[in-house]
Amino acid sequence: MDKTLGDKIPEFNKKTGANGNVGLSGASFSLGDHRTKFETFIIILVAVIIIGGSELLIYAFNVPQYVLPRPSQIATALVTEFPNLWPHLLITLKELFIGFAIGASIGFLLAAVITQFPFVEKVVTPYILLLVTTPMLALVPLLILRFGFGSEPRIIAVALASGPMVMINSATGFRRVDLAKIALARSFGASTFQIFTKIRIPMAMPMIIVGLMVGSIFGLLTTIGAEMVGGAEGLGNRLTYYSALIRMPQFFAIILILAILGISIYVFFFWLGKKWASWEA
Amino acid sequence: MRSRFTRQCRVFPTDRIAQEIEGWIGVSMTENTMVDGVSGKTLKTKMAITKATKVYQTRSGGVHALDNVSLDVREGEFLCILGPSGCGKTTLLWSMAGLHSLTSGDIRLGNEPIMKPHPEIAMIFQDANLLPWRNLIKNIELPFELKRKPPDRALISRLLDRVGLTGFENKMPRELSGGMQQRASIVRSLSVNPSVLLMDEPFGALDAFTRDEMNLLIQEIWMETRKTIAFVTHSIAEAIFLADRVAVMSARPGRIAEIYDIDIPRPRSIEIQTEPDFIKRVLEIKSRIEHGRGGSGPRVAIT
Ligand SMILES: Nc1ncnc2c1ncn2[C@@H]1O[C@H](COP(=O)(O)OP(=O)(O)OP(=O)(O)O)[C@@H](O)[C@H]1O
Ligand SMILES: [Mg+2]
Repeated sequence: MDKTLGDKIPEFNKKTGANGNVGLSGASFSLGDHRTKFETFIIILVAVIIIGGSELLIYAFNVPQYVLPRPSQIATALVTEFPNLWPHLLITLKELFIGFAIGASIGFLLAAVITQFPFVEKVVTPYILLLVTTPMLALVPLLILRFGFGSEPRIIAVALASGPMVMINSATGFRRVDLAKIALARSFGASTFQIFTKIRIPMAMPMIIVGLMVGSIFGLLTTIGAEMVGGAEGLGNRLTYYSALIRMPQFFAIILILAILGISIYVFFFWLGKKWASWEA
Repeated sequence: MRSRFTRQCRVFPTDRIAQEIEGWIGVSMTENTMVDGVSGKTLKTKMAITKATKVYQTRSGGVHALDNVSLDVREGEFLCILGPSGCGKTTLLWSMAGLHSLTSGDIRLGNEPIMKPHPEIAMIFQDANLLPWRNLIKNIELPFELKRKPPDRALISRLLDRVGLTGFENKMPRELSGGMQQRASIVRSLSVNPSVLLMDEPFGALDAFTRDEMNLLIQEIWMETRKTIAFVTHSIAEAIFLADRVAVMSARPGRIAEIYDIDIPRPRSIEIQTEPDFIKRVLEIKSRIEHGRGGSGPRVAIT
């Protein structure tokens, strides 16, 4: 028994930053372990099988295009329709970027300030939670009444959706005070501001990045949703437009763009996490 | 007790009487000068702690951590502060570093009251306390960064070489062993060239071999630099091995129970810890601590 157990005890390998993949605190925040060439090959193979298989099946069973277009039709639509989609993509990106920048900055600053005052934090937290859990999309019709059909109501909705996410995760990070590290900085004469920039922020960084990632994904959802609800531009609006015309290849081409957008955001923050927060194994 | 008086005869009254007088007149005798009986060298007081009392306010009431602690740290000496867990050693050291304020009493560096961290005083913490997001050299340069001064590269590389860390500059703390981390933190503190080093159980978390190694290293560093060192430990043997004087603290509320002079010549080797004279000193201090606690077993290791 000892022997078999001994064989099973996993080796504790401390992964290093060099090429080991250091996952951040949450399991959600990982691209998985480092892949071998073989594993990468299998992943690509699976993609080929799914795409090729659905192409064949849809063709074989004669599924009409308005139910499910073939991958080749989607690809063609993506290429031919792209010049028409491009301005909408830019609008979506602009709304997402501005809304997220506003929401994230406010959320970050609020977290930094509020965690310094336990009483304020206790009072404010339930309301932040309310903001996190309420779908901000629900406010869009109201915002449209007030701000019209331009980008403003959507930008506001994105800020409202991403801000609380950034805030609540950053606050968790800032709450992880290590008195000894703060004392260390103070013993070398650090000012309160230096303690904030050199100790508190780096210590909170892994959670701040998690917040930014989750917040930006929520922001993307809200941008698309808000564009579907009202207005005449953006990829969300194009989705409703093409589905109303039953132009499914174009519809799915947009879905494809959105998927790539989402993955890019994820990969970007993953990379940021490796760069700035890989010390937390 | 004989050993306490073999080397030094005091020009001033004994510590205890001096403390009493200080208490009556409410003034610290900071220029309390003594003459070494053997060399005739003057022993100046570097830091003077006078009637230091610290009460922590907690939800469940006050915690009396320090009670009227009076203690002089002499210039250039290696002072060990020995006491059971929770007796207030860290509290005392943090107050000396200006990291928190006393409830009453005062602490001076020369004539200067210590109210906040002082550039002449550097602290070495219980674990190495390196910042995990900075590599070794960035950790060592932190004090310069905070003071907005260019780092003293020449001194730093000399110190790194001295403690055997050359070539590890770009390693992250988690890639270093506990002993290496603590050596890095010693370099970090020495790089700002302080005159007083406060060390809070720096080797408490290390294994016995590494600990011996570190004790030898710190002895050598002290002999080379002659900085004033106040070193907190709860190991009697470590205290005797390192110290010129051992100040024994009693359990909560922390008081100075006794001060022992350790006149073992230097450099001391690890082997002296097995000599009868050394063991006698250990037992002497151990029995003093046990008496101080009314016979109940002390939580002090005799390692
Ligand atoms: N911030 C604090 N708030 C409340 N009580 C505290 C605080 N810091 C320390 N204490 C209490 O004061 C007493 C002395 O603590 P201190 O850390 O100075 O002891 P110590 O001698 O360094 O102990 P150890 O050997 O375990 O490091 C302990 O009873 C501790 O619980
Ligand atoms: Mg302590």
